[in-house]
Amino acid sequence: MAHIDENPLGRHLPLDPLPGHSSRGRLERVLRRGEFAVTAELNPPDSANPEDVYERAAIFEGWVDGINAVDASGANCHMSSVGICALLTRMGYAPIMQIACRDKNRIAIQGDVLGAAAMGVANMMCLTGDGVQAGDQPGAKPVFDLDCMSLLETVRIMRDNGKFLSGRKLTTPPQVFLGAAINPFAPPYDFRPYRLGKKIEAGAQFVQSQYCFDVPMFRDYMNKVRDLGFDEKCFILVGVGPLASAKTANWIRNNVPGIHIPDAIIKRLEGAEDQKKEGKQLCIDIINEVKEIKGVSGVHVMAYRQEEYVAEIVHESGVLKGRTPWKREENPGDYRVAERLEALKDGKTENQEEMADVAAHRPH
Amino acid sequence: MADAKPGNAAPAKKAATGAFTPAGVSPNRRARRSYTIRLWAVRHSRFLEWFYHRFADLFLLLHPLWKAIGYNRVEAPITFIERNVKGLLFDCRMCGQCALSSTGMSCPMNCPKQLRNGPCGGVRANGNCEVEPDMPCVWVKAWEGSRNMVKGDAIMNVQKPVNQSLRETSSWLRVTAQAAEARESAAAAKDA
Repeated sequence: MAHIDENPLGRHLPLDPLPGHSSRGRLERVLRRGEFAVTAELNPPDSANPEDVYERAAIFEGWVDGINAVDASGANCHMSSVGICALLTRMGYAPIMQIACRDKNRIAIQGDVLGAAAMGVANMMCLTGDGVQAGDQPGAKPVFDLDCMSLLETVRIMRDNGKFLSGRKLTTPPQVFLGAAINPFAPPYDFRPYRLGKKIEAGAQFVQSQYCFDVPMFRDYMNKVRDLGFDEKCFILVGVGPLASAKTANWIRNNVPGIHIPDAIIKRLEGAEDQKKEGKQLCIDIINEVKEIKGVSGVHVMAYRQEEYVAEIVHESGVLKGRTPWKREENPGDYRVAERLEALKDGKTENQEEMADVAAHRPH
Repeated sequence: MADAKPGNAAPAKKAATGAFTPAGVSPNRRARRSYTIRLWAVRHSRFLEWFYHRFADLFLLLHPLWKAIGYNRVEAPITFIERNVKGLLFDCRMCGQCALSSTGMSCPMNCPKQLRNGPCGGVRANGNCEVEPDMPCVWVKAWEGSRNMVKGDAIMNVQKPVNQSLRETSSWLRVTAQAAEARESAAAAKDA
């Protein structure tokens, strides 16, 4: 049987956009169908080797509905999110491109949005980005030309109105599913649900949360969100992840901005014999708790440097309920590549040496 | 212990509490070491809102005068006054498109990320800034200030990105000119 997210006329054909959908992506289809979605974060390589990206993506194959390509997370230099997306789409994965406002102004960002959409990126996530002080190059100039809200609005305008922020027309607008980030675990706590409302107004269709280690706090947040009716206007994916040890947890608490880890979690890890295993179990327990909260549409697994555990976590928590996320799809651009390969095989190609030889022996 | 990181007061003490202590590099480092007046403005946001409305009305009343002298000519002196008055009260950065009424009288340009639509996810548990550990988050204060104001719910509006070409121009005059134009076009529509 053909996969539910396949073109019935053939796997190689691109998907038709469904009515009411803003992208051709499968993440949007899964969410709109009401299925529990799973996304994961790809650890961006510090290398110019595409194999590194392919290897890291292969771990997630068949386990997640979307792969986040982070944009220099924590203000640390890595391969760019546009570059990762180019590689991932080439191989038929479904990336979620993160765009941070820290490094690019509105001119660069709008250009990247078009470029990424042309490569087949169907999901984009708009972030403010960590401050440069958090990263490995604290001397860099923080750009922050747009903020996450105006960035969302900019991409929404490009998609829905077919225009740049300046009002100039686009001949083909990008078809993207728009995402944003939420952090219910940082002050001002009362404002956080309203801020989600602002993001929805600006264009967010799905949100991924910061690491959730404090489920009661998240539950309070969701109560307020449901009261305001925001859970019906956007899909909420909860950020989860395994902690490698109590020591790592402490380090994260002290050094990574915006991550709230309660003392009870650290105590539980400290008390365990195998801390790594306990960290994984803790992650599974949290997934099992949050998936029952009304208004939660999925989980976003951020297993930094423990990516090999994502499959186990997803499997053991049973959130997919037997569903298999698609593996890889053909990229609409593959045709052109195949055509070119054919042409190379049949046609005459230039041989520089030969041409130089001819030129040398036949002076005019 | 000697202060290893300039612009980051008592790093050892902070490290002992487990707070995140970033590298002492911040291009937005405050000129003022304390935020007393700015915080006073947020605490008195309701009074300042009331006052600003009277003040804006007065400015609009003076529209014929500005027009007679020429908006271009009054721009320089008014900008000078605006910069100093708002600089004292709010640590104004002269973005030229004042959003104080929608941000609880806490100037968003003082945010190291210059966010105009709410706090980032990096706010510390004690309500201080991620980038500058000694500064209370501009947006935590903005939320508090907006709760005191009559039209505090303006904080829910999505703000447009900053137009950098309006920097160092008078926001007061721009608002007045726009209000006068709106009033005139409304009057013209009525006549027609």
